[in-house]
Amino acid sequence: MEIIVCLKQVVDPELPARDFAIDPVTQRQVREGRPLVISTYDENALEVGLQLKDRVGGKVTALTLGPAAASGDAIRLALAMGADEAVVVDDPQAPARLGAAKARLLAAAVRRLGHFDLVLCGCESADWVERVVGPLLAEALQAACVTFVSRIEQVNGTLLVRRLADEGFHLVEVRPPAVLSVTSDESNRPRLPKVKDIMTARRKPVHTWPVAEVAPQAGEEGPLEVEVREVALPERTTRCEFLPGDPGEQAAALVQRLRELKLL
Amino acid sequence: MGGVCIVATALEGTLARTSLELVGGARALQPLGLEVSAALLGHGPGLTAAASELHRHGVGVVYRCDHPLLSAGQSDAVLAALQPVVARVRPQVLLVAADTVGREVAPRLAARLRAGLATECVQVEAADGAVVARRQVYGGRALATLVVQARPAVLSVKPHALDVPAPAPVDGRVEDVDVSIDAEALPARVRQVLREQAEFGLEEAQVVIGGGRGLGGPEGLGLLRELAQLMGGAVGASRPPTDAGWVPVSWQIGQTGKTIRPALYIAVGISGATQHIAGVSGSRTIVAINRDPEAPIFSVAHLGIVGDYREVVPALIARVKELKGT
Repeated sequence: MEIIVCLKQVVDPELPARDFAIDPVTQRQVREGRPLVISTYDENALEVGLQLKDRVGGKVTALTLGPAAASGDAIRLALAMGADEAVVVDDPQAPARLGAAKARLLAAAVRRLGHFDLVLCGCESADWVERVVGPLLAEALQAACVTFVSRIEQVNGTLLVRRLADEGFHLVEVRPPAVLSVTSDESNRPRLPKVKDIMTARRKPVHTWPVAEVAPQAGEEGPLEVEVREVALPERTTRCEFLPGDPGEQAAALVQRLRELKLL
Repeated sequence: MGGVCIVATALEGTLARTSLELVGGARALQPLGLEVSAALLGHGPGLTAAASELHRHGVGVVYRCDHPLLSAGQSDAVLAALQPVVARVRPQVLLVAADTVGREVAPRLAARLRAGLATECVQVEAADGAVVARRQVYGGRALATLVVQARPAVLSVKPHALDVPAPAPVDGRVEDVDVSIDAEALPARVRQVLREQAEFGLEEAQVVIGGGRGLGGPEGLGLLRELAQLMGGAVGASRPPTDAGWVPVSWQIGQTGKTIRPALYIAVGISGATQHIAGVSGSRTIVAINRDPEAPIFSVAHLGIVGDYREVVPALIARVKELKGT
């Protein structure tokens, strides 16, 4: 099975509040000097892809869209975890792009890679949480689409996937080619590469494509652009009042405050 | 022709609460001067009551799509059913709930219609003839304002972000839409629905107690449950206990889980990852109990207790019991 896994690096979402800032010109998060991590669910997507390859055979290609200089960790990790090769679409503008534009470029990159059975991505990115890349890739590639998938099984040429739903789970039968977005559960915790894997990874092929080489085809533009007018930090209206004392005193103080607030 | 069309669903027999939240969104777009209609998707007699409920909330025309495949989770069937509705209504704005089905349908519909797209919105309004949507970004640390000039515009609205509006009955009418869906042609099809025991009314509860990684294991949840029962509330959890399998996934509160807006939220052993805060920031009063005084949860909490929950929560339970005279 030919599996492509999309992953990207983002500014650490757990960055201390004092280091979080919005650039007034770009209306995006300031990245300079901030630590980057792999976006929350992307490693789970990779793990799901690798588990499937372990069971049914095939090839896993890691695909990232971002500034090449800020994509190395994602690529190294993907190859060390077990991806066979990697493609970096070098796009300095990527961090400022919305999901629709990213999906358009990723679709073009997938087409350039050629045949695929499955494209996997995280169910949401840790920064903009639009949850659109999976579904838009599916549309652009004319593939089936299921989001928030945690497990994949191959059954008689079709796939049976477990989708997280509002009140439980759905087992969904999907005919490849398909684009699936992946959420986390106890079955897809990312594996830890061994030293040997890290060494082997260095010999695996990494292709870097300038973004200009993956221009989308005409007539396959997807949704129209929307304008980001402003990204604002909410005004801090709360200031935490700490309740002092031993646990008994703290509990008593809390109950009293909750009564004053008519919450008890 | 034209107007605002909400995608209302009764995929489980009755009208989804989120559909009425979308009516609230449509009302907020009134300055655009557009008529409000609804596509109503589902199967069976429940659709009649669902249509009446929409009329009762001010939706004039309901385009009823009745098909056995329009059931829980069938996104591909919903997408197929919406096609004739969109062709007939030619809406300027489509509002979709960002639930299991909607988060698949909204972007795909926008791609097919070459529409402007904004997803997971927590607020919609009209300004200068444009649709203005607000959505949380960077794990709820910031709020983005998007201006959608394109028509049609497809907006998905985060469940529980908007209030269900007060009834405003109209004499509406129902138009049946001819829906033909070829089951064999659907690339993805729900084979089984596995329901999990959801913590009762987590999204509706006025008091919610949330447990996090700091509980140290599933045992700690017993204490939270006892406190919740005393206070008439529900118990939820952040992502680590969910991922570790201590609680069912349906208990998860946060960006990936449920969004809650109770009068009182008590976070116990929750550090306050942005992922979690995005789902609780609408709570009226937030209390945090955590051993680490530097935990980010205290930056959104109104009242904080630094301490071991194993000591604080039992003391709290004793105090509440005392108060209630039991």
